[in-house]
Amino acid sequence: MTEHLSRQYDADLEAIRSRVLQMGGLVEAQIHSAIECLATGNVELMLRVSENDRRVNGCEIEIDDACAHLIARRQPAASDLRLVMAVSKIVTDLERTGDEAEKIARMAKNIHGRGRLQTPPAADVRHAGELAVAMLRRVLDALARLDAGEAERIIAEDATLDDAFRGIVRQLVTYMMEYPRTISTALDIVWIAKAIERIGDHAKNVAEQIIYIVHGTDVRHTAREASRYGQGEPDGAE
Amino acid sequence: MADPKPSLDSLPLKAHAAGLNFHYGDFKALKNIDMPIHDKRVTALIGPSGCGKSTFLRCFNRMHDLYPGNRYAGEIRLHPDNVNLLDRAVDPIEVRMRLSMVFQKPNPFPKSLFENVAYGLRVRGINRRAILEEKIEEALRGAALWNEVKDRLHEQAFNLSGGQQQRLCIARALATEPEILLFDEPTSALDPIATASIEELIAELKERVTILIVTHNMQQAARVSDFTAYMYLGELIEFGWTDDVFIKPRNPQTEAYLTGRFG
Repeated sequence: MTEHLSRQYDADLEAIRSRVLQMGGLVEAQIHSAIECLATGNVELMLRVSENDRRVNGCEIEIDDACAHLIARRQPAASDLRLVMAVSKIVTDLERTGDEAEKIARMAKNIHGRGRLQTPPAADVRHAGELAVAMLRRVLDALARLDAGEAERIIAEDATLDDAFRGIVRQLVTYMMEYPRTISTALDIVWIAKAIERIGDHAKNVAEQIIYIVHGTDVRHTAREASRYGQGEPDGAE
Repeated sequence: MADPKPSLDSLPLKAHAAGLNFHYGDFKALKNIDMPIHDKRVTALIGPSGCGKSTFLRCFNRMHDLYPGNRYAGEIRLHPDNVNLLDRAVDPIEVRMRLSMVFQKPNPFPKSLFENVAYGLRVRGINRRAILEEKIEEALRGAALWNEVKDRLHEQAFNLSGGQQQRLCIARALATEPEILLFDEPTSALDPIATASIEELIAELKERVTILIVTHNMQQAARVSDFTAYMYLGELIEFGWTDDVFIKPRNPQTEAYLTGRFG
């Protein structure tokens, strides 16, 4: 879209956009590190994930503040308004994604502290984690390009992660029944799998906001409808 | 959460423009405008200077008749009687009884408050004191001015503040019980407090009268109107519920104007 008459307005909006993408990059790195902690038990990395979470939290507050300032000073309308509203929600999802990464690192620390990692679904958990990271990366790309089509595909893919989570839980239940001594570790892995599944949910939420920015259609809580967002009757026709 | 909006077709109309064209001499200022004016709703006309929004508003009370060389084509139908306001056979004076206009700058007559509001009634031949007093109180109450001026009705109108003068003009417009109120940038000469009181008044007035308002202030359009029409170069670019136009305009030109990317 062409530029605003006010260059400062353009600069303010652009600053918000790039801060969100930066925050997204940071969160993506956090998940990546957390999954690595799980595989390697690298204590230093675990501590760094915990440290970085504070930076993620700081980003959320800072970007929300910038949105409030922009609303107060510029009274954005139409696509600008949708962008600001959506960003304010997206940063909440990104912050919570960061929390999930920290949770994974914490559980990894517990598991490695006990010295027992080799429960059967470990590889599946890693795979699900990689799926979640990929989903987040793609949704951030879609946000940078305001690509509603890609957002729609990401929403559809969330089901894959949900299935992976259920599969992992099924395996762990069997495992816990056979080897009750591993219940603590198995439960930690359930928490990790749940955290990964939540990351997928947050990525999906971000994708929904992208559709809102681009088309002005709110597809939250109507996942099945999302694929039809662009084909509805135009409302309010003269 | 906002209530679901009824479809536009289901809403009663107070007026509608159909194929409306208007020329100032050789200059075509309005191009084939079709637009509904919904009953007891506020419709805001927005657009950059020279887009034709004031010209459109002035067609409604035939203000353009005052200057030679101006030409109308097409029609503005007033409902429910379906009279074409632009029909040469329709008396513009009669039209102006049914539609009152409030201008950008408060323009009270150099008379007392009482006589300002009584003016339109007297033109209609109402001269009995008791009736005048009753109607004037009603109009001043309608314009949210009664409590401030009830003890000084015989003072000069120019003694009032700008915001009060504008409300007096609204009372004067209301006195003849018009069906449509036309506002041409009614608050652009007022401070934010006086502006807020006029906007509040518009919200109250729409209970009993249909309102058409031209404003340069987009936020004002967003605050006071149910419907917004965006005009550009004499054309109606977009018309719809104000909520939709300000959050999700359908036309890229509307989008560009609302987001300040116009120019």
